[in-house]
Amino acid sequence: MIGQITSALMAILFAVGGCALFFVGANVLLDRTLSSRGHMTDLQRQQRDSLRESIRPWIFIGPAVALLTIFLVYPVFKSLWLSFHDANGESFVGVSNYQWALTDPEFRISIRNNLLWLLVVPTLSTGFGLLIAYMTDRLWWGQIARSLVFLPMAISFVGASVIWKFVYDYRGTQGDQIGLMNAILVAFGLEPQAWISLPFWNNFLLMVILIWIQTGFAMVILGAAIRGVPEDTLEAAQMEGASPMQMLFRIVIPQIVPTIVVVWTTITILVLKVFDIVLAMTNGQWDTEVLANLMFDWMFRGGGDFGRGSTIAVVIMIAVLPIMYWNIKRAREDEQ
Amino acid sequence: MASISFEKVVKSYGDVNIIRGLDLDIRDKEFMVLVGPSGCGKSTTLRMIAGLEEITNGHLKIGDRVVNSVHPKDRDVAMVFQSYALYPHMSVFENIAFGLRLRKLPKDEIHKMVHDAAETLGLTELLDRKPKALSGGQRQRVALGRAIVRKPSVFLFDEPLSNLDAELRVQMRAEIGKLQKRLAVTAVYVTHDQVEAMTMGDRIAVLHDGELRQVGTPLELYDAPQNVFVAQFIGTPNMNMLRMTLDEDGKTLRHPSVSIPVPPQWIASANAYKGKSLLVGIRPEHVRAVDENEWHNTAALSGTVEIIETLGHEIIVHMAIEGSDTQLISKMDAHNTHTVGSVVSVEVHTTRIHLFDPETQQRLTSE
Repeated sequence: MIGQITSALMAILFAVGGCALFFVGANVLLDRTLSSRGHMTDLQRQQRDSLRESIRPWIFIGPAVALLTIFLVYPVFKSLWLSFHDANGESFVGVSNYQWALTDPEFRISIRNNLLWLLVVPTLSTGFGLLIAYMTDRLWWGQIARSLVFLPMAISFVGASVIWKFVYDYRGTQGDQIGLMNAILVAFGLEPQAWISLPFWNNFLLMVILIWIQTGFAMVILGAAIRGVPEDTLEAAQMEGASPMQMLFRIVIPQIVPTIVVVWTTITILVLKVFDIVLAMTNGQWDTEVLANLMFDWMFRGGGDFGRGSTIAVVIMIAVLPIMYWNIKRAREDEQ
Repeated sequence: MASISFEKVVKSYGDVNIIRGLDLDIRDKEFMVLVGPSGCGKSTTLRMIAGLEEITNGHLKIGDRVVNSVHPKDRDVAMVFQSYALYPHMSVFENIAFGLRLRKLPKDEIHKMVHDAAETLGLTELLDRKPKALSGGQRQRVALGRAIVRKPSVFLFDEPLSNLDAELRVQMRAEIGKLQKRLAVTAVYVTHDQVEAMTMGDRIAVLHDGELRQVGTPLELYDAPQNVFVAQFIGTPNMNMLRMTLDEDGKTLRHPSVSIPVPPQWIASANAYKGKSLLVGIRPEHVRAVDENEWHNTAALSGTVEIIETLGHEIIVHMAIEGSDTQLISKMDAHNTHTVGSVVSVEVHTTRIHLFDPETQQRLTSE
């Protein structure tokens, strides 16, 4: 135990210290080797100065650029390359992997499900987050309510899935129902349901989990934005006769649109990558498959098909790109 | 009828009393200025009329109706905020039209009303702009437009000119005054600037520490301040305040640096203070150099110049005088070339002094 802690501390010390040593050392080395002191003309000095200062930024961004290249840029191109090759990545197969994807029923269901997730989860998370943030803003117990809504953020997706598995639990027709949903049904004298194998609707039951987690995130960010809305614009609207809901929709929301967009796109990108929840709840059974889980299946399980797995990964990436682009563009506009 | 009356109004947050039993009547169509230092409760008072602050105790009436629990929108009042509180996402037109839209008035009527208000304020050219693209003065006008378009019976102003530059402030001061008279509405105007208060108010209410210190016309406040606070708050520079001793015969006020015969109108009330001390208020314009006044009743004194403020048309001289910790302030001709450290002789206009009780700080009665 103590040994583990010491080695963890050592690792941290080594990593942080190593970084500091690299940056400081490289900086000092540059100053020494390209010093403009000593015997030289002003022109030489000036040339040395500009050479030195044009090298300096690279010392600081160099390591980051290198790491990003190895772990982000290279995999993107490797995935692209793999998607045009066969299962072992040996022979070139052209676009046949993409052709396969278009006709594969599981891929089609995944696309449909991803679109459903995209439509439902960001909308409801942002909507609930906004509503809760606005409604709890002026309550003395608002802080407590917000803390409770935020708590699921601290739970991992898999952990959350385990919790919700109990909520949706189904024990056949004989045994006692221990699932919350079925307990409610039974209490009202209705038949218990096998929730997560109900085709189509089970998708929404899985989405509930992500909404449950992400509402807290949306609420916190939007709550801060609502606090930033000038108090007197609200008072002015109140004096002009606006009801609390009119104030929300006509005064508050228009003033926090940029934040809403950021929250929305952040959740959207997260949704495109949704994987853990589906893996833990159904593993894509009963028509709940999504792209990320499908990719994982083809790549590492059963299939072991690098070509098709990479093809699905590329499709996800292409889907994310426009949202990323829009997000970055908005962020840039905000800065100006 | 839109008179406003406060009857023993109290506002407190927990144990802290912001307003402690305010009695104030604001008449119909009157321009009432609430003035006082920051934290005196003037803005709270205004916000209580607006309905943005609840009233802890007492009654607030608009007309004959007690409005303590009436919603802001049903009080028929409009407010201009210090920051203007324009809706940043709406055009000038929409800003002005917002209240009308909420009342679901027909479109062409809204259009007409907004254009009328814009014309009154010279905003017609700017109706399509967003507040961001307006200057401070233009934003101020939009805020005014939003208030007048609803044709309320009471206007509330919360330091509306404090964000404008000096020149624009003077101009808007006059415009707001004219507008209020033309629209014939009751106006309540909060400011900490006593010049604004003096120039704009039909009457002024001076507030301090949550209490009303005096209410009256600008000249009443200037000529007959009811207590030391009002005396020193109204008028620039501040009124000089000397603690002087009244002779046993009740005829002369004495101070180590000056002796002043008690003016006839004060003799009766000063009688009770024979042999005791009194606070004597002297406005700086009633302390002038010997050759710069044509006063008949004067008392001479001299002091050492410590600060000279040159204003162009006059200078304000702060001098140290014997027997007083505070400086004596005098207004002098600008071409009077004194230097710091020199000793100057000045005269006090003795019939224009003010007498206050040192304990209660209240004005003695003059005849």
